[in-house]
Amino acid sequence: MRLRRSDYELGTVKEVQGVGLYVLKRLAILIVVVFLVSVGTFFLVHLLPGDPTVTILGPNDTAQNKALLLKQLGLNQPLLQQYFTYVGHIFQGDLGESFITHQTVTNAIANAVPIDIELIVFSQIMAFGVSIPLALLVARRPNKALDKISTGATFGLLALPPFIVIVILTLIFSVHLHLLPGPSSYVPITQDFWQNIRSMLLPSITLALGSIVIYYRLLRNDLIATLQEDFITMARSKGLSDRRVLVRHALRPSSLSLLASAGTNIGGLIAGAFVVEYLLALPGLGYLLVESIQQRDYLMVQGVVLFVAVAILVINFIVDFLFSVADPRIARD
Amino acid sequence: MTDHSVGSPLGVVPQPVEVAVPRSTDAVRSERRGRRAADLGVVFWICAGWVAINILAAILAGVLPIDNPNLQTVNINGGPSAAHLLGTDDLGRDILSRLIYGARVSLVVGFGSIAIGMAIGGTLALIAGFRRGLVDSILNSACYVLLAFPALVAIMAVVAFWGQSLGKITLIIGITSAPVLFRVVRASTLSYSTREFITAARTLGASDTRILTREILPNILPAAVSFALIGVATVIVLEGALAFLGLSIQPPTPSWGNMLNESRTYLSQNLWLALFPALAMFSFLLCLNLVGDRLRQHFDVGEGKL
Repeated sequence: MRLRRSDYELGTVKEVQGVGLYVLKRLAILIVVVFLVSVGTFFLVHLLPGDPTVTILGPNDTAQNKALLLKQLGLNQPLLQQYFTYVGHIFQGDLGESFITHQTVTNAIANAVPIDIELIVFSQIMAFGVSIPLALLVARRPNKALDKISTGATFGLLALPPFIVIVILTLIFSVHLHLLPGPSSYVPITQDFWQNIRSMLLPSITLALGSIVIYYRLLRNDLIATLQEDFITMARSKGLSDRRVLVRHALRPSSLSLLASAGTNIGGLIAGAFVVEYLLALPGLGYLLVESIQQRDYLMVQGVVLFVAVAILVINFIVDFLFSVADPRIARD
Repeated sequence: MTDHSVGSPLGVVPQPVEVAVPRSTDAVRSERRGRRAADLGVVFWICAGWVAINILAAILAGVLPIDNPNLQTVNINGGPSAAHLLGTDDLGRDILSRLIYGARVSLVVGFGSIAIGMAIGGTLALIAGFRRGLVDSILNSACYVLLAFPALVAIMAVVAFWGQSLGKITLIIGITSAPVLFRVVRASTLSYSTREFITAARTLGASDTRILTREILPNILPAAVSFALIGVATVIVLEGALAFLGLSIQPPTPSWGNMLNESRTYLSQNLWLALFPALAMFSFLLCLNLVGDRLRQHFDVGEGKL
């Protein structure tokens, strides 16, 4: 994945075929995995101990409701037909209805998704804002003091999971300094823009820290390797300034692999978001999922799991597709 | 580090790529000296020692002179004292004792699930890498498919529907870690199975089983072990996250994750309650990562070989 100018041979017929084949292969994997995910989420209900209708509705619900649920889940049909009923409902956008809040699962997901998107966008802006300048500074003088400090610090951050970071940050900025709002302070962006941004800061910083570790380590190693290439020596001997060499000549080939890793990082981000959302009571997907699990709202859990899994898979596929078109060498690896 | 960093719980750890940095002659000389002495460095041994102390404490928790982790006393939210070295929690329980018993959960899930993952992924990888051909293609494709699976979501869902016992959590995480371990073991098996000494062993009439267990296994073991250690650290974080969300072992059984979760309610009254589990987890993960990383550098297993 390391990008070297000497590798550039774009546009040949072989290359284009390679990309097409690669994209087809990825598409095939995507379809297989989405199929497996649907089978997996379908079988979740069958993992429930005992009679699923009693477990889902509780022992005191009416026989009428039980019959309704039985019909909705199609549990009295043969297994294969149950699966097709389930998939059929999904394609109609019907993921079922919560038996506790009587909200449709699709509706609940639609309300939660914008929060996750906002969180991820903020955290990624912060992560790039820190990791790119830092890696550029360090790559100029590898193995010097700044390199040792920041590489050591990122190694330390690896051992700090988001659920520890968020507790520390809440304690400092919210409980002691009163600078930022603490848990349960979420306000929709349409209601109060600045209050929304303020309440998003703590969770975004927490998520950003995890991404900084990944991006910094990738970019630092990439840049150090690129700076030893002949075209850098060439650029320097032309008398270009250090800054210009770094940004225009060295960073540019590395930026593509950086963005690609950001795209594949998305699964980890969503997972990290679960934890910060739960702690700060941000009503995003993670909060919805954990709450539904704790309330034993099984159909909600099933729907959210299916949605999140498919979303991660599709995002990964799109990112992969875009980058293999932009840079055919990715397909060659 | 593109496609294999997704989906699996182990993929989260970024693997540093070895880069040749121009160095002064002094540095080169000292490195040669270091290599000659097979020196892993003082820091490595300190970290390995801390990991060993944690493991020993977790194993010997029942024998150590500490309180029962669920014994409630009237000393509520007491700071560190002679009787309670790390203080007591909101129910007057000894924090040190809960930390040591809590280590059991983290370590059992961490080492247990990687052991399960190795048993499944590692064994299949040995066969795939050694036999190659059709078996390898099938297993390798299956591995790619499984790696694309968003593991944390899958684990949360299964835990929610199936139940939250230590055994079930270990098993689920173990199964999801198998594809990552498969990749690592397969890569090193492939690189050894074409070497001359394997041909030599075969010429001497050694059976496939013998070649696998006596010739290949000892050679790939260092790489597998160092990668597994980093895997254990990742799984401990994962269990911590589950515990924090209330989806792992249920209280009153202590675990580092659920202690940290319980401490949130009392953050303003008793800081020790959050500090010690966080420190325990941080120090253990840091040391385990460092030990794994150093071993990996020592045995020279880079990302490029995967």
